[in-house]
Amino acid sequence: MGAAALGAMSLVLAACGGSGDGGGDSTSGGTSDLSGSIAGAGATSQEAAMAGWIAGFTEANPGVSVSYDAVGSGGGREQFIAGAVAFAGSDAALDADEVSGATERCGSDVLELPIYISPIAVVYNLPDIDAEHVQLSAETIANIFNGTITNWNDAAIAAENPGVTFPDLAVVPVHRSDESGTTKNFTDYLAQASDGAWTDEASGDWPIQGGQSGQGTQGLIDVVAGAEGAIGYADASRAGDLGTVALQVGDAYVPVSAEAAATAVDASPAAEGASDTQITIAIDRTTTEAGAYPLVLISYEIACQTYTDSAEAANVKAFLTYVASNDGQQRAADPTVAGSAPLSATLQGEVQAAIDTISAS
Amino acid sequence: MAVTSPAREPNVPAAPTLPPAGRRRRRSGRTFFGLSIGAGVTILVTLAAVAVFLLIEAWPAVTASTAQLQEISWFDASSLLAYTGPLIFGTLLAAVLALLMAVPVAVGIALFISHYAPRRVAQGLGYLVDLLAAIPSVVYGLWGVLWLQPLLDPFFAWLSSSTFGVLPFFADYSPPARNMMTTSIVLAVMILPIITAVSREVFLQTPRLHEEAALALGATRWEMVRMAVLPFGRSGVISAAMLGLGRALGETMAVLMILSPGYLYSLYLLKPGQQQTIAANIAAKFPEASGLAVNTLVATGLALFAITFAVNMLARWIVARRKEFSGAN
Repeated sequence: MGAAALGAMSLVLAACGGSGDGGGDSTSGGTSDLSGSIAGAGATSQEAAMAGWIAGFTEANPGVSVSYDAVGSGGGREQFIAGAVAFAGSDAALDADEVSGATERCGSDVLELPIYISPIAVVYNLPDIDAEHVQLSAETIANIFNGTITNWNDAAIAAENPGVTFPDLAVVPVHRSDESGTTKNFTDYLAQASDGAWTDEASGDWPIQGGQSGQGTQGLIDVVAGAEGAIGYADASRAGDLGTVALQVGDAYVPVSAEAAATAVDASPAAEGASDTQITIAIDRTTTEAGAYPLVLISYEIACQTYTDSAEAANVKAFLTYVASNDGQQRAADPTVAGSAPLSATLQGEVQAAIDTISAS
Repeated sequence: MAVTSPAREPNVPAAPTLPPAGRRRRRSGRTFFGLSIGAGVTILVTLAAVAVFLLIEAWPAVTASTAQLQEISWFDASSLLAYTGPLIFGTLLAAVLALLMAVPVAVGIALFISHYAPRRVAQGLGYLVDLLAAIPSVVYGLWGVLWLQPLLDPFFAWLSSSTFGVLPFFADYSPPARNMMTTSIVLAVMILPIITAVSREVFLQTPRLHEEAALALGATRWEMVRMAVLPFGRSGVISAAMLGLGRALGETMAVLMILSPGYLYSLYLLKPGQQQTIAANIAAKFPEASGLAVNTLVATGLALFAITFAVNMLARWIVARRKEFSGAN
């Protein structure tokens, strides 16, 4: 059923994409009468997707210029609360203080929309391994990254991969040297799902001293690619030629994919304090849902429910509507753009309902 | 002037033209004097402005309580000093190691150019060295990551597993070679040209008479270099080394690209994730920093400023002290 829905979605989308492009080419500027500019700031994780969205949105609405300054999630939230930007991108939901600050700034409720879902792959460099995906449980991954497992021929790894022979090769765990939402979600996954093997809390900075690391996603990928036996974690779309781990979920092993990530998000409950407009999700890292891949990053779009300027309200509403639409989601899902996981139909419906409440005060 | 000249004696035509020319010369002299004073003052003002900026921006971090500082996500030390300490250690370690490797080689190259190579080779080599100094550091960083790291990997692996591996310097190597040793080798290559260029110039200044006297006493060429050239050039080589040290201390891009950072007082040179330098740390953390985090980074920058200042003072003091003993007098 899920597959059928997805198929239908992509059909609709192909149609949309075609007509949209055609409209843009033949009648430049004729597709919308919106004009003005809106500024956003925030998470770097969304930067690539946002570039795609801005390009797609301006094709249909040439009168509106959208900018996005990837200053980081914290900076984006700060700027939004200070009223410097119309919307913010953030890898984390607003905390209680920030919600009251944002409510004050908006003079209304604040919207938190889970709009960018990106699966995180556990990548490894084992060129001679005879398996499509090495299968690992969260506990084994935690033991690899905390230094308990030091060699690929460890019994714990072999037990999860029957029939695969592992070389006598040192494991080189690689982490991000900069603060990152990817690290935060990865450590959150380890902390929740590893049955106590991971003793640190979720954190955007790697909690363990020492060890190999890389600056930024590409830096990490380069380091993993540079040493046989290395293992790291990165945005799935950036894994390239490296192998990716299939995570143990329930009794099965699930390889990383956009569909599996969307399934995991759907299986997750709403976070504490969530509402119809603050659609925050507490990702269930320990889910046993079949086909779910719980190592995902959710990045939110934060906006006001009312804007004093009616043009700004219309522009933000139109932009977010595009971003949440099949068109926008598929654009970001393109591996050459961001390789994110498109929202499921249910979540998309909830997000669109929240966007529809945006108005001018 | 043209009006008055016919009334004057024809044999003294130069007299009336002198005063205006002199005045003009005096005026241009005064202008130049003003300009040069202005340039000198600008330097001082800039330096003072940088120092004041660093102090003002660092102040909130210096006065903040540990609890406030620990709200910064990456701040896990017990105080600002405890956070900056390992960074200062890492900065000095990288720079000193680079200097240890670069100075002997640089002096060798400089001596070859100034006293051994045939003139034409020496000239070409001199240009080449100057050219090396002009390569931007990000290119050295790329070179280190893409070319040097894979090359060093088998050597480090052997070193670490051999009997030398019991020494902390060579223990616990883990590929790829993103460690302090690779970093300091790249830094050494980066500072080699400047040390070579300055040393070469100094060696070329050796008084011809000293050299000929040494040779006349029956010295071989090496003995002549040891007796006449090196003592004469010693203070120059020291200032050259300090110039190199200054560049190594502040080097950012290459370190950022090559080193897996860590925040320990560690002498493990082959183990990844042990040390970090101040400059690379600022570059890595600044893009996503806000509020007190920025102040904390500026405070570490202030420490780097102070270190660089101290190194320069030390160099000047050494040079001044050695001057009287050098062969220059």
